[in-house]
Amino acid sequence: MLRIANLFAKVEEKEILKGLNLTINPGEVHAIMGPNGAGKSTLGNVLSGREGYEATSGSISFNGKDLFELSTEERAREGLFLAFQYPVEIPGVSNMEFLKASVDAKRKHHGQPELSAVEFMKLARETSKRVDLDQAFLKRGVNEGFSGGEKKRNEIMQMMLLEPGLCILDETDSGLDIDALQIVAKGVNEMRAAERSFIIVTHYQRLLDYIVPDFVHVLANGRIVKTGGKDLALELEEKGYAWLEDEAV
Amino acid sequence: MSDFHQQALQLAAQQQSPVWLQGLRAQAAIDWQKVIWPTRKTEHWKYTSLASLQKSHPVLLKNSASQSESLSNSWQQDVDLIGVDAIRLVFVDGVFNAASSTELSADVVLFSQANPTQQAVIQQHLGTVICGDQHVFATLNNAWVNEGVLVHVPRGTTLSKPVYLVQVATITGQAVSVNQRLLVVLEENTHAEVIEHYASTAGQQNSFVNALTEIVVGDNAQLQHYRLHLEEENIQHIGAVHVNLMRNARMRGFTLAHGSRLKRIDYQINHRGPGADLDLQGVYLPRNKQMVDYHTNVQHWVPHCTTNEVFRGIIADSAQAIFNGRIYIHPLAQKTLAQLSNKNLLTSNKAEVNTKPELEIYADDVKCAHGATISQLNSTAMYYLQSRGISRSEAEVMMSFGFINELLQQVAEPAVRDYLLPRLALLFGRDKVLLEAAE
Repeated sequence: MLRIANLFAKVEEKEILKGLNLTINPGEVHAIMGPNGAGKSTLGNVLSGREGYEATSGSISFNGKDLFELSTEERAREGLFLAFQYPVEIPGVSNMEFLKASVDAKRKHHGQPELSAVEFMKLARETSKRVDLDQAFLKRGVNEGFSGGEKKRNEIMQMMLLEPGLCILDETDSGLDIDALQIVAKGVNEMRAAERSFIIVTHYQRLLDYIVPDFVHVLANGRIVKTGGKDLALELEEKGYAWLEDEAV
Repeated sequence: MSDFHQQALQLAAQQQSPVWLQGLRAQAAIDWQKVIWPTRKTEHWKYTSLASLQKSHPVLLKNSASQSESLSNSWQQDVDLIGVDAIRLVFVDGVFNAASSTELSADVVLFSQANPTQQAVIQQHLGTVICGDQHVFATLNNAWVNEGVLVHVPRGTTLSKPVYLVQVATITGQAVSVNQRLLVVLEENTHAEVIEHYASTAGQQNSFVNALTEIVVGDNAQLQHYRLHLEEENIQHIGAVHVNLMRNARMRGFTLAHGSRLKRIDYQINHRGPGADLDLQGVYLPRNKQMVDYHTNVQHWVPHCTTNEVFRGIIADSAQAIFNGRIYIHPLAQKTLAQLSNKNLLTSNKAEVNTKPELEIYADDVKCAHGATISQLNSTAMYYLQSRGISRSEAEVMMSFGFINELLQQVAEPAVRDYLLPRLALLFGRDKVLLEAAE
C-alpha cells in the first residue's frame, strides 16, 4: 500500500523528517505517536502534497506509484485521504457542493460517471447520519461555524464518501470530548476493511482505546525510533517519550 | 464647456415637466452652467475617466404616454424580471411603460400623476436629500427631471407589497440618455421594500443612464433597499443613492454591479436622527475591460447610530474596480458604532483595484473599524479543496463564488436572492441545481 524509504523533508528551509522509513500493508492500522515537533503533522502534509512541504530525498511509493509524481488532487483521487488536524472553514462554499465536487472528481478519475444532484444528496444525507451530523450542516459553508467536534465529524464523513485506500488521521482526537471521540472512532472502525489502511497520528493513547492499532510507532526527531504493538502506546502513556529520545541519539 | 455640457443644457431647456417642478429645474440649469466638469484631477474622479461621456451627444426620449405605447417590447426576450410579487414600474429607455408595469397603488405614483398632497411631498423633499455640491450628475438629473417615481408611505400606513422599479436600456446605435429619478419618503413607523433593477438588452448599447434616488427614512421607519446594476458592458451608468436616516430609522441596503464601459455609483447616507441603523452590503464583478466605481460616504451627524458596511469585489481579466468608502463621524456623534470592510479578489494579473477606506472621526467616544484587503485566494483553503481531489482551477472558481456568495446568502428578500444566485453561479460555472438544493 505505502512504502516510505529514507525520507528527508523540510518545511521553510528547516529539516523536519530525517530518514523516515515506514511500510504499510493493506488492512493495517498504524498509530504514530511522538512528542511535539517530532514531525508527525509534517509527515501527513508531505504525504498529501502540501505546498511548502518539500521532500529532499528518499522515496514514497503508494500502490506502486511514485507519490512525488502526483499532484495533491491526484493523490486524493488515487485514494489517499488526510483528515486535517484543523479543518479549514470556507464560508460561502456550500458543504454540499464541496462534497459533491470532491466525490465527482474521484469518480471521474476512475472512469465512473458523475452522480446526479439527487443521487448525491441522498448519499450525503445517509452518510451524515452515520457520523451523527445534522443535515443542516450540509447546507452551511464548508466547516463554517462548526464546532471542533462537528468539523472532525465532517472530516470522517468526507472519508466515508471518498472511500480512500489510505486514511491519514492527523490528531483527529485533538479538541474532542469523549462523545465526539467515540463517534469518530466508530466511524473509523466501520471503515476498516481488508483493502484499507490507516495512519492514526495522535499524542494520546486514549484514541487507541477506541481505534485499536496493529502497530504503534514512535516518531522522534524526524525518524521512527521505536515500533511495537498496541501495548507500546500504554507504555508511552506511562513513561513519556524522553527515554526513547535518549535511546535514539 | 464640452459638447456634452453644452448639449445637456439645451436638453434641460427642452424638457417639459409639471409646473411645480420647474423651480427645481431652473435652479439646476443655472447650477449646471457653473459646474466644473470632473477630470482625473478631481479628487472623487481620480480613477474614473469621463472622457467617453464627454464626447457623446445625449438625446432624451420624451416621456409621453403615446410614445411609450409605440415602443417595442422585444426587450422582454433579453431581460428576465425578478419574480417578486410587487408593485412594478417598468421604464424602457427612461420612458414609463404602462403595459409592462402593474397597477400602481395610492402610495406609489409617477410624478406626473401625483395628487396635490404628493406634489407637496415631492416639493418638500426632492433635491434636498442630496448632500454636498460635488455631485455634478445630481445637478444634471435635477435639470433634466420631468418625470419620476414617488414612493410615499404616510404615517401609520403600510406598503402592501415591495416596489420594483425596472429600467431597461434597449436602443442601439443612438446615444440615448436616460434620466431616472426615484424619491422614497417613509414617514414615522412605516416600513417598505424597494428594488431598483437596471438592465439592458444584449447588443451594442450606447446609452447613458443617470439614475438618482433620494430616500428619507423617518422616525422608527424601516427600509429594505436593493439596487442592482446588471446592464451589458457598453452602458454608461452614473447613479447615486442619497439617504437621510431619522431617529431610530433602519435601512438594510444591498447593491450589486456588473462592470461596464463606465459605471459609477455613489451612496451618500446621513445619520440625522439618534439611534439610526445602517446595514449596507455591496458586490461588484467587473470582467473583460469593464470598470466599476463605488463611492460611499456615510456621515454620522448625531449620537448613538450604527453603520455596518461591507463591500466585496471580484475583478477579472483586464477589468478595473474602484472602491472609496468613507465614514465621517461629526463631533456630536458620540457613541457611534461603525464598521467598514472592503475585500477584493483579483483573478487575473491584469485586473486592477483602487480601494480607499476612509474613517474621519471628530468625536471621542466612538467605536469604529475599517479595513480593506486585496488578495488572491486563501492558500490553506485551496490546499484543503485540492486534498479532496478537486482540481486547482475548480477550487479557484468555487472559492471565488464563495467569496461573494457569503454576502448573497444574507440578502433578506428571497426573490432577489433567488434571482441573483443562479445567474451569478452561472457566471462562475457553478451547478445551479445543487445551489438551489442547498437552500
